[in-house]
Amino acid sequence: MKNNTLTIIKKEFARFFGDKRMMFTTILMPGLMIYIMYTLMGSLMMGQFVSEDGFVASGYVQNMPEELAPMLKQLPVDWKTVENDAVAEIKTSLEEKEADLLVLFPEQFMETMLSYEVSAEKAAPQIEIYYNSAKPESADVNAMLHAMLEQYEASLTNRFDINEGQGKYDMATDQDMTGQLFSMLLPMLMMTFMFSSCISVAPESIAGEKERGTIATLLVTPMKRSSLALGKIISLSCIALISGVSSFIGTMLSLPNMMSAAGGVDASFYTFGDYAMLLGIILSTVVLLVSFISIISAFAKSIKEATSTCSPMTILTMVVSLVPMMGSEGLKSIGMLFIPVLNSVLCMNNIFAFQADVSRVLLTIGVNIVYSGLMTFGLTRIFNSEKAMFSK
Amino acid sequence: MEKILEVNGLKKTFKLSAKQQKIEKTNEKVKVAVNDLSFTAYRGEVFGLLGSNGAGKTTTLRMLATLIKPDAGDALVNGASIVSEPAKVRSNIGFLTSELKLEEFFTPNYLFDFFSELHGVPVEEAKKRKQDYFDRFGIDKFAEVKVGNLSTGMKQKVSLVISLVHDPDIIIFDEPTNGLDVLTAKVVTDFLLDLKERGKSIIVSTHIFSLIEKICDRVGIVISGQMVICDTLEAIKQGKSLEERFFEIYEDKVGTTDEK
Ligand SMILES: Nc1ncnc2c1ncn2[C@@H]1O[C@H](COP(=O)(O)OP(=O)(O)OP(=O)(O)O)[C@@H](O)[C@H]1O
Ligand SMILES: [Mg+2]
Repeated sequence: MKNNTLTIIKKEFARFFGDKRMMFTTILMPGLMIYIMYTLMGSLMMGQFVSEDGFVASGYVQNMPEELAPMLKQLPVDWKTVENDAVAEIKTSLEEKEADLLVLFPEQFMETMLSYEVSAEKAAPQIEIYYNSAKPESADVNAMLHAMLEQYEASLTNRFDINEGQGKYDMATDQDMTGQLFSMLLPMLMMTFMFSSCISVAPESIAGEKERGTIATLLVTPMKRSSLALGKIISLSCIALISGVSSFIGTMLSLPNMMSAAGGVDASFYTFGDYAMLLGIILSTVVLLVSFISIISAFAKSIKEATSTCSPMTILTMVVSLVPMMGSEGLKSIGMLFIPVLNSVLCMNNIFAFQADVSRVLLTIGVNIVYSGLMTFGLTRIFNSEKAMFSK
Repeated sequence: MEKILEVNGLKKTFKLSAKQQKIEKTNEKVKVAVNDLSFTAYRGEVFGLLGSNGAGKTTTLRMLATLIKPDAGDALVNGASIVSEPAKVRSNIGFLTSELKLEEFFTPNYLFDFFSELHGVPVEEAKKRKQDYFDRFGIDKFAEVKVGNLSTGMKQKVSLVISLVHDPDIIIFDEPTNGLDVLTAKVVTDFLLDLKERGKSIIVSTHIFSLIEKICDRVGIVISGQMVICDTLEAIKQGKSLEERFFEIYEDKVGTTDEK
């Protein structure tokens, strides 16, 4: 009875789409979380926290050298001069998160510094910067001041310059940058999303039947075991795919925010063909992962056991996703495309780097489908195995 | 009397994992769960398998329900062999245990339709049968309430009804009242008696004497995977209480009633 596969699929869909809470946690949440997370990370990375809302930090400085004053005044800091006896007081106000920065230059800093010999026994003149890392504004201006002074120090020993002219030295186009960035980041992110969405649906649906004992009720019906296996894998793949797509959309929407610091990164460089190949890879990978997790779930006694067996594999998947970054020549061989997960990662990497090769992508999709087919067959066998279904 | 179930020399051995060996406190690599077990049940009767923990009741019933295969022996369920005609057996039996927990998300209505479809019951027939069951057992008021929100008694009734969507002649019920409170247990036994009235044959397993005395016509006592005695309830009791007789028979067979 072929219809039974359909009956199983209908039930799984009814379960999933009928439950608002489940829909929210598996569909809306991942995309939303990713969007919020990356957007936030982007704005933090750009270090715009301070200047963005016109915040001016309150800084105190002792013995500020004339020569450095113009540089320090570029920082969003309202500088006040401080005398020796007030130093302790300002440290307290730093502790209380009122002041943001206290900079102590030694007396005659410029003279000592300029006459300082690196080979000399004497210690180099020291600038002391006090701040409060628990206050974001304070931590921010401290970081900026540090960077500024380090750059200044480097320029002092200047024997030669690199790229100090006004021209554009980086010959990479915006498209190259997009490709490099996306091909580094996205395969790993996508793999992680796909894996976690599969884990959120398959154990519940398969180990759950065993935990509740409903598996016996299903298995005493005249339904074929293969109908049950196929129905579960098809429906779970669809659900996991929807969840994966949500994560994907979240990523696509938030990456420009995150990467605007790098400038010129734009997902619209990819063609329709690139997206089609990507979709093919995602689809076949989700089916592969769902089949794999379903098999583990079929052996597990409870949902919890299934989930905890699968969780360490998330890390393994992430590690595999990092492999292309090693850039080894061996990765280009056809044989690599027969290794599940790695094959999808390599293809995604190529697609994002604008180096997609249709035949490699097709081969990967084919390989994934064959593996999934084998695992669906395996799941049928497990449903048939009394040892797996009714173990003690 | 028409034979509805004929069990002939069923045997089932399990391989024990190292962990199980520890739990069972044994060095044996295998466990003979059911050992050359035979009995006969008749149409329209309630047959009870009585035995202590680990006697082999669940294993026997699972073999009868074609969920696991016997190592040796066979059983004819309504004339169909559990070894060579499992599909035919499945269409004749309803199988459930008190441990069954239906998916809480679904309503009785949905689950009835779902299992009717899997059993291949024609839609019209399923509809009529559902109406009949739901009316008779008071499920109709709760037909659209999610299982998770039903009382334990109602859940048990729904589980039972779900196992009977294909109107099987034989109902196999492992530990029908195990772990249920007295009121819920009564709901279940009343239900079983009602099914008997309607001409169904019922096989139950239990270690609860009162359940046997209340609903069974015939009883088989299973000790260590073997059928020690099988007769009508009255014949086994010999005028004594079932409990008293059980321990007499047990001591005869094992030599002691102390746990090993
Ligand atoms: N899948 C299995 N693997 C190994 N041993 C098993 C398995 N199933 C049952 N056994 C063992 O076989 C014996 C009979 O078990 P069974 O579950 O049939 O007993 P039971 O009469 O139903 O007992 P209970 O009252 O505990 O339900 C027990 O010793 C049990 O440990
Ligand atoms: Mg049992």
